Amino acid sequence: MSATIIDRTDRTHTDEVVHAQETAQPRVLSQLDALESEAILVIREIVGELERPALLFSGGKDSVVMLHLAAKAFWPAPIPFPVLHVDTGHNFPEVLAYRDETVDRLGLRLVVANVQDYIDDGRLRERPDGLRNALQTVPLLDAINENRFDGVFGGGRRDEEKARAKERIVSLRDEFGQWDPKNQRPELWSLFNPRHRPGEHVRVFPISNWTEVDVWSYIERENIPLAPLYYAHERDVFRRDGMWLAVGPHSQPREDETVETRTVRYRTVGDMSCTGAVESPARTNAEIVVEVAASTLTERGATRADDRISEAAMEDRKKEGYF
Amino acid sequence: MGALTSQAPVTSGTLLRLATAGSVDDGKSTLVGRLLHDTKSVLSDQLAAVERVSRDRGLTAADLALLTDGLRAEREQGITIDVAYRYFATAQRSFVLADCPGHVQYTRNTVTGSSTADVVVLLVDARKGVLEQTRRHLAVTALLRVPHVIVAVNKIDLVDFSQEVFDRVNAEVQQVAHELGVEEATAIPVSALDGDNVAEPSARTPWYSGPTLLGLLETLSPADDPVRESFRMPVQLVIRPQGAARDAAHRDYRGYAGQVASGVVRVGEEVVTLPSGQRSTVAGIDLGERTLDEAFAGQSVTLRLTDEIDISRGDVIAAVDGAPDPTQDIEAVVCWLGDAPLRPGQRLLLKHGSRTVQTAVRTIDGALDLDDLHAVPSETLSLNDIGLVRLRLAGPVPVENYSVSRRGGSFLLIDAHDGRTVAAGMVGATLPTAADAPTRPEGDEEWEI
Repeated sequence: MSATIIDRTDRTHTDEVVHAQETAQPRVLSQLDALESEAILVIREIVGELERPALLFSGGKDSVVMLHLAAKAFWPAPIPFPVLHVDTGHNFPEVLAYRDETVDRLGLRLVVANVQDYIDDGRLRERPDGLRNALQTVPLLDAINENRFDGVFGGGRRDEEKARAKERIVSLRDEFGQWDPKNQRPELWSLFNPRHRPGEHVRVFPISNWTEVDVWSYIERENIPLAPLYYAHERDVFRRDGMWLAVGPHSQPREDETVETRTVRYRTVGDMSCTGAVESPARTNAEIVVEVAASTLTERGATRADDRISEAAMEDRKKEGYF
Repeated sequence: MGALTSQAPVTSGTLLRLATAGSVDDGKSTLVGRLLHDTKSVLSDQLAAVERVSRDRGLTAADLALLTDGLRAEREQGITIDVAYRYFATAQRSFVLADCPGHVQYTRNTVTGSSTADVVVLLVDARKGVLEQTRRHLAVTALLRVPHVIVAVNKIDLVDFSQEVFDRVNAEVQQVAHELGVEEATAIPVSALDGDNVAEPSARTPWYSGPTLLGLLETLSPADDPVRESFRMPVQLVIRPQGAARDAAHRDYRGYAGQVASGVVRVGEEVVTLPSGQRSTVAGIDLGERTLDEAFAGQSVTLRLTDEIDISRGDVIAAVDGAPDPTQDIEAVVCWLGDAPLRPGQRLLLKHGSRTVQTAVRTIDGALDLDDLHAVPSETLSLNDIGLVRLRLAGPVPVENYSVSRRGGSFLLIDAHDGRTVAAGMVGATLPTAADAPTRPEGDEEWEI
């Protein structure tokens, strides 16, 4: 180690070395601080480079963390971009309420693209299985085009899924919104390049390198308010495909499925019809950190029916322009 | 497969970023899968999926490469196309792991994975020894100044755990590493498939008494410490809320937002803005609503200065002592990653820190020959070539020597037409010279690298 330091210490750097030794303070970022700093760097850089960014905001924990990071990045100025929500029409009502509260609290402009509108006027058709996650792609791309968004922030993380593990932090989308996983741009050092041709845009994932445990540890540390269904509560649920689905207007048990009241919480929040709850007594952020750290299942494996359809379900959706 | 398991410990000491390198089929993804598996970082639904796919293909054991080869095309072809990032931790530390491809056509992805790495694990097939891609990746590793290199001599089971073979391959790698200027490359005999010397010492290599791969990774010191360098911060944005301030008290706020690239800055210190050369004093340091006394390398902060001087995005705020002289002429080594060749006279964009300027290629002064491992004359640089170039910039930029500062000495070249990143550049880097090689071109008096 010492040889390397001497190597890298030229004349002009000597003072710094001496000073660091004198004060002997450890100047090492904790894992969470390093992740926070990287995310803020990315958010600022995109705002510096592009004209019309927007942030995908579903009310879910990852997008809430994104908003928290954006607020820090520009403080004391307001967040300088709108938020975009693709509403499947099957969202949990408490998540929508939380979304609206948060937008009001931070004084943001909210753009909503409704899957239901597309179904009502025939531009999209309901799938036989009733799942609407895959139907979000067209309204999302239309909203990006109509608003001429050139950079779209998302809360995607590489630990979520194996196709996401492959994606760059700044990821190019062609004029059809498609991701080309076989031809991604180099992404070197911490120099991010979101330049693109007219009609193309970039998706930007500032929390790519965070794990689920990191997200919960950060929510705990920063005391970030979340939608209540992330915490243990009593709910009427039924068992399907190994998951607990909530009884609601868009998810009704079949005849052979029995409704039970269980103490559950959600690890992810998405479309009510395909997002499963997990049995859990965790009522605080600290309890959730411990629970997630001990889990033997990934969050999507535990709670997302749509990712179980095929080995490459996420990759296929992403290629078409999905989040 | 062993019993499973739980997610990694919540927090561990320091974070180490590691990247794999090596030729195609040398077993990089299998080794990564083995590391993840043996550190119990694979969750049961992920392992079940890999076991199911492996069984469907008629394999008797789980193909651990499928843990990172996540793309459909990768699984079809049994290769790695792009970097997969995985996260794991042991009781000692946390790791960000970039599993990189081996094919020459995907070298840009390997450069991507290595550019942020603290350590590169270079795989070499014990049966094949050093191949062209091994040399290329080692050259990239040397140029990027990745602080540590570990050579995993893989498939040692297929050469009957032979010490002789290991010694021969290791000697070959050491020779190449030496010629490329890699200071240290520790070699370990491993079988990624069976796990020998990956997380557990192998009884089948009794002649090897060194550390396991994981043991070595856990104890490596993070050699690259930008905190010890002189203070620099590229300004990403000027924060000036005016009437939009979230609180009326901040209407007159003016701050310069960026990530400290190197060194430490404290309230009350004098700083200089580059390239203008104007001086001011740090009045305050903000991180969100928190106020700090000092900020150090790696922190994203906002600096307030005592004077209202002209600073905008792209400028660098630096320590007064030792601040670099902005220049319009640079010499650099580039890894050319564009599909079309680079030619003298070509115009591109150069991004350094948060500043992007136009640039023109004045000369191409040579390219690295991967057989002889020294620079040879070249008119152009083709995809994946490593070459020495001279660039003229449209305006002064405060670059530094890459050997002094990875942040201050690195840049991108960008195609202005389509926005693609076409090169990774390292200011002031050099290629191994032909001085003691027999193939030095005769009569080339200008040849001075």
